[in-house]
Amino acid sequence: MSALDVTTAAVSKKSPKQRRGTELWLLVFAYAIGVAAFAQVDIVLLDQLSADFTTFALVFGLGLVAAHVSLRWLAPHADPILLPTVSLLNGLGLAMIHRLDLAEDLNPTDPDYVAQLGWFVLAIGIFFAVLLFVRDHRVLQRYTYTAMLIGLLLLVLPLLPFIGAEINGARIWVRLTLGPRTFSFQPAEVAKIVLIVFFAGYLVVKRDVLALARSRVFGIDLPRGRDLGPILVAWVASLGVLVFQQDLGTSLLFFGLFVTMLYIATERRSWIFIGGVLFAAGAFAAYQLFDHVQLRVGIWLDPFTDESGNGFQLAQSLYGFASGGVLGVGLGQGHPDFVPFAKTDFIMSAFGEELGLTGIMALLALYGIVIERGMRTAVACRDSFGKLLAAGLSVAIGIQVFVVVGGVMKLIPLTGLTTPFLSYGGSSLVANWALVALLLRVSDAARRPPEVTRREAVT
Amino acid sequence: MNATIRRTAATLGLLIIALMINANVIAVIQNDELRARDGNRRQIIDEYDQQRGSILVGRKAVAKSVATDERLRYLRVYSDGPAYAPATGYYSVYGATGIEKAENDLLAGSDDRLFVDRLTTLFSGQQQQGGNAVLTLDADAQRAAFDGLDGQEGAVAAIDPRTGAILAMASSPSFDPNLLASHDPTEVSDNYEKMRRDPGDPLLNRSIQQVYPPGSLFKVVVSAAALSSGEYTPNTKVPGPALLDLPDTSATIGNYFDGSCLGGTVTLTEALAISCNTAFAKIGLKLGDQAIREQANRFGFNERLNVPLTVAPSIYPDDLNAPQTAQSAIGQFDVRATPLQMAMVAAGVANDGMVMTPYLVAEERAPDLSALSITEPEPLSRAVSTQVAGELQDMMVTVVANGTGASAAIPGVSVGGKTGTAQDGKRPPHVWFMAFAPAEDPQVAVAVIVENGGRLGDDATGGAVAGPIAREVMEAVLQ
Repeated sequence: MSALDVTTAAVSKKSPKQRRGTELWLLVFAYAIGVAAFAQVDIVLLDQLSADFTTFALVFGLGLVAAHVSLRWLAPHADPILLPTVSLLNGLGLAMIHRLDLAEDLNPTDPDYVAQLGWFVLAIGIFFAVLLFVRDHRVLQRYTYTAMLIGLLLLVLPLLPFIGAEINGARIWVRLTLGPRTFSFQPAEVAKIVLIVFFAGYLVVKRDVLALARSRVFGIDLPRGRDLGPILVAWVASLGVLVFQQDLGTSLLFFGLFVTMLYIATERRSWIFIGGVLFAAGAFAAYQLFDHVQLRVGIWLDPFTDESGNGFQLAQSLYGFASGGVLGVGLGQGHPDFVPFAKTDFIMSAFGEELGLTGIMALLALYGIVIERGMRTAVACRDSFGKLLAAGLSVAIGIQVFVVVGGVMKLIPLTGLTTPFLSYGGSSLVANWALVALLLRVSDAARRPPEVTRREAVT
Repeated sequence: MNATIRRTAATLGLLIIALMINANVIAVIQNDELRARDGNRRQIIDEYDQQRGSILVGRKAVAKSVATDERLRYLRVYSDGPAYAPATGYYSVYGATGIEKAENDLLAGSDDRLFVDRLTTLFSGQQQQGGNAVLTLDADAQRAAFDGLDGQEGAVAAIDPRTGAILAMASSPSFDPNLLASHDPTEVSDNYEKMRRDPGDPLLNRSIQQVYPPGSLFKVVVSAAALSSGEYTPNTKVPGPALLDLPDTSATIGNYFDGSCLGGTVTLTEALAISCNTAFAKIGLKLGDQAIREQANRFGFNERLNVPLTVAPSIYPDDLNAPQTAQSAIGQFDVRATPLQMAMVAAGVANDGMVMTPYLVAEERAPDLSALSITEPEPLSRAVSTQVAGELQDMMVTVVANGTGASAAIPGVSVGGKTGTAQDGKRPPHVWFMAFAPAEDPQVAVAVIVENGGRLGDDATGGAVAGPIAREVMEAVLQ
């Protein structure tokens, strides 16, 4: 389908309504749920609303208002569902982190929730900045190769001496000491977005070449040998992440992301096939070569044999889900802190225990909404770069959610990624809000009535 | 590109659905199995989060839960722990035994009969509590039994012959369940390890979990079989030589004392009173193993009982040849019995031939102490006819009045009893005593064993070591 067809389709179907009012109401709803969850945690665990509650209600509310106002000003036609959905996820995440703080100590001295609320404020700032400085997503295409360089640099940062740091076995952190405080962040979270920009810009240019078929084998059109270059580079880079940083999740995310975007851009199924073969070969080799991969797979197959050792995390996570059952034990009434890393990788099992299957289904549905709204933006977008960008951003969230939630639920081997918007962690939160800002930017362009569209050549 | 974007969107949708299905599988299908796993600490924390019910003896709680400000809120406290440990068992973070285990649903409050109770507390916001178990034990009898054993390896079982209610269940050496009720898992496992390694085996409830050769106590069962066969009366004369050659072997059976029994011929009553081995071996040979086995089974041998603690089945073996039958008739060879089983033999005789099903829990009560159930006595089996029972009572009274059982005599009360000395390997013999009182209106039947002669060692006899303990337990009940 050509870009022109989409434009006409969009014009005929979409009303020029901005629907910011709808968004506001949904935001009020999301805010109310977040505040109610926070209040319940306080009342159950402290028998009263804490001072934290007031700060939360105030800061979270103002943050959402700021995000909403940013959209009204900078992207009035943007999708009205995305912001309330991620706000709801973020609110529930903050409430759960607060709840887990209280599980450690009813009078926590340096609660993680406060840090996370700080990151939320920064994230909203970045959200605003992205909308402000990226007034048209097509500008980003100009920085395709700059994005590649930045992306690769970010990926390599943790390997550098002095600033790179290894935490919990994965060398994916950069640690900076500024005055009395030490800041750690995971550059891969930011690299994710920058590399999506690169993939989109690169594929828009190269997609016709990459779509060329040379031979047909078993009903699959295989590309020309020399066109295999890019996917091989992506593959090697992913393996590099795996080998040097021991970060299975990021490795999987980047390779899956690249292959999916390649498929979307070229409309050739053969790329999925080739990607699958390369992935299988890489996975097999990694399994043979690396103890930590074998360990992960072993734990996945049977977490209970070494339940008090290596399988502890996963076993505890499953106990959390089981303990929650269908309705959950209620916020503040379970023992989600029994699961190590409940605030980060395993926050889903904390929700599973306290909000039950019902809560998990709701959270997964929220992620489904984010992903599908993103993909819808991609479909509705009029330019190829925007389409690939929006699709790439949505796919990134989709893969990340599947990999981390599937891991803590023992659907697939555990890999260690943050759960977008829920997990404790500044880099992840800030990066994901920036990601949503970009999606909304594309969405604004896609939904804007044509008469307002600036006349610019579509690449 | 829209086609591939849509296809990708659909695939991502499928991934989310896969996660949803997986979540359903864990929370709905696997959850019971996962919750029940040992590694799941939530179960135990939840259990400790509410007040577990008490185990009562009379009006006194021998096990109760008291609030603490630790993470595990309630601490289990046992008063008079070692004395009652064989009955209460222990309740630890690693698991429970005894009544703590057998009545766990009631004590933890998860019993179906407490459903309405749970519902009320759910809506009223009160702290949920567990139900209470009232034991049949008689505090004085239990105390007398445990003090009587006085650290010697052995056990006492006493029951009310009319109902089967267990009045005393003591085992020695015992353990203090408080040491296992601590909330510190390391402390608990250290203490447990110490108890497990203790050569005295304090964790073993000898009164119901350990079987011993019953020795001469078994002569009462053989007497019952003899009288029931119709070929014997208490006055039937039987030969009681100094030595009895066992058929088909070179082995012989002698008496505990040197020489023949009262010159070589005794009545059945006299044979029991002086515990004449050769006479009973001969009777056993004449009756045959089949008749003795049937008689033993009517007293409860070879049967699995739950009181509700699991009782090891007492054994009268299958397919015995003649020498084995002769040895079995005096409670040797492979005949084995728990102290509770021997108390049931005494009780069956005392209760005019009817053995009542033994039980340890008299009442189950809701948290508000209203009764959920009161145990109704139930007959287990008719061991002998009323007439034979009467004859056996008289014979056993003679044992105490004029025979080996004098140490159990209580002034003014007619006591029936039987002593026993059972060889079990090369160590000093186990000494037994079983008894009932008063003969005309039986209120208590008791069996006592002291392993390997207790403090007296090789010099010990059932009369000297076990008899006085039996007497003290009976006196405690009769007071």
